Amino acid sequence: MSAYVQSLLGILLSAILTENFILVKFYGICPFMGVSKKTDTAIGMGMAVTFVMAIASAATWAVNNYILVPLNLQYMQTVAFILVIASIVQVVEMFLKKAIPSLYQALGIYLPLITTNCAVLGAALVNVQKDYDFLQSVVFGTCGGLGFTLAIVLFASVRERADKSSCPESFKGFPIALISAGLLALSFMGFSGLKIF
Amino acid sequence: MEILIAIGILGGLGLAFGLVLAIASKVFYVETDPRLDQLNECLPGANCGGCGYAGCGGYAEAVLKGEAPIGKCSSGGNECAERMAEIMGAKVEKVERKVALVRCSGAKHFDENGVQTAGAKMKGPYEGIEDCLAASKVAGRGPLACKFGCLGFGNCVAACKYDALKIVDGVAKVDQEKCVGCMACAAECPRGLIVPMEYGKDVIIACASNAKGAVTTRACSAGCIGCGLCAKICPQGAIKVDGNLATIDYSKCVSCGLCATVCPKHLIADAKIRNDEDPIPAANKN
Repeated sequence: MSAYVQSLLGILLSAILTENFILVKFYGICPFMGVSKKTDTAIGMGMAVTFVMAIASAATWAVNNYILVPLNLQYMQTVAFILVIASIVQVVEMFLKKAIPSLYQALGIYLPLITTNCAVLGAALVNVQKDYDFLQSVVFGTCGGLGFTLAIVLFASVRERADKSSCPESFKGFPIALISAGLLALSFMGFSGLKIF
Repeated sequence: MEILIAIGILGGLGLAFGLVLAIASKVFYVETDPRLDQLNECLPGANCGGCGYAGCGGYAEAVLKGEAPIGKCSSGGNECAERMAEIMGAKVEKVERKVALVRCSGAKHFDENGVQTAGAKMKGPYEGIEDCLAASKVAGRGPLACKFGCLGFGNCVAACKYDALKIVDGVAKVDQEKCVGCMACAAECPRGLIVPMEYGKDVIIACASNAKGAVTTRACSAGCIGCGLCAKICPQGAIKVDGNLATIDYSKCVSCGLCATVCPKHLIADAKIRNDEDPIPAANKN
């Protein structure tokens, strides 16, 4: 049992820091650049991604193990997972609107953006590649989302400051954002090789 | 054969999820009041937050629930209030137009040799981040000799959605015609200099310095020293000096301009002239 718990902690550490979805694996760059102008929206986006990623990991694990694997259809994973994720996001959106309007107000505008987010699909595919069981998949999905949140909030803070600072005319706006993203990714390289046990 | 299984399974999955979505849309259907959309259409949609709610949508919802009065939208004005009242079947309340006032007159003027002749003085050159908040955090409350004055980096200008603010000679100025009184700028000012004021008032006192007269005089040529001459001459008793700073009560002020003639700092002046020119006492404008 303790070996299993250790494996979960290892997944937690790697998903948040050493194999950070954005800054190390470069999944989900689109929302990372698009929704990172303000820290508030970055937090909202991060929370929505975490939420969807956790649910999607659980659902895709079930679809993969109970439908695709028994029928030898693993080569259809990408298509099937996109289908699953898109429908789940839609259902979740409707459910939130009815049941928890306050959460819907906070996450609502971000949910449709995530439907075809490659970070979410990436989490589902990595789960299969690494042969994770159900609990490991969910932990990986949740922590991957937390890693996403960490990266996008850090980046949004950097961008907010960069906007206020003086920088060469040709670098203003998007170019300096790309350079700061690169520097941020470089700093996350420092986590590689980090292990708890 | 295998391809048929693949098609069947994926098609089946798609169908199953489609069914789930169809059922979910029935189960989780949320009824919305048709009046909400109509109210939203009346509002300007700028989401300025001047009404105190989170955007136009939030205000429309509050009006629908009866939590908020009609006529809180200063940017939509009377027309918007009338249309909203029509939808809600309620009485129209007149909207009082408010505009923002930057309580600083320390516009910096220099002669041809670059020597400062008027306005707020600097303690020294400032080369930090070009941002009011950052500058106000510099030791000694910023690079400006006056602890209250406008820093002039334009955080308020950036916050304004109506292009109503600009920095003139190092001090933010409000264009009263463009300003809708949403007060988004006030939230951005680290000095808390921007306050709401009634639209179209001629006589204004634009200074926020609570410091003693001597201190204010050292820091700025156009700061209120709290001498009280304006309060004494005002026939309506509309001006009162509190904490070394004179303020006008617009419910009493009749815009006679007498106070401007006695102000030793030429601080009290006509709002319309002040927008683009040097301090000119209102009484001398003819």
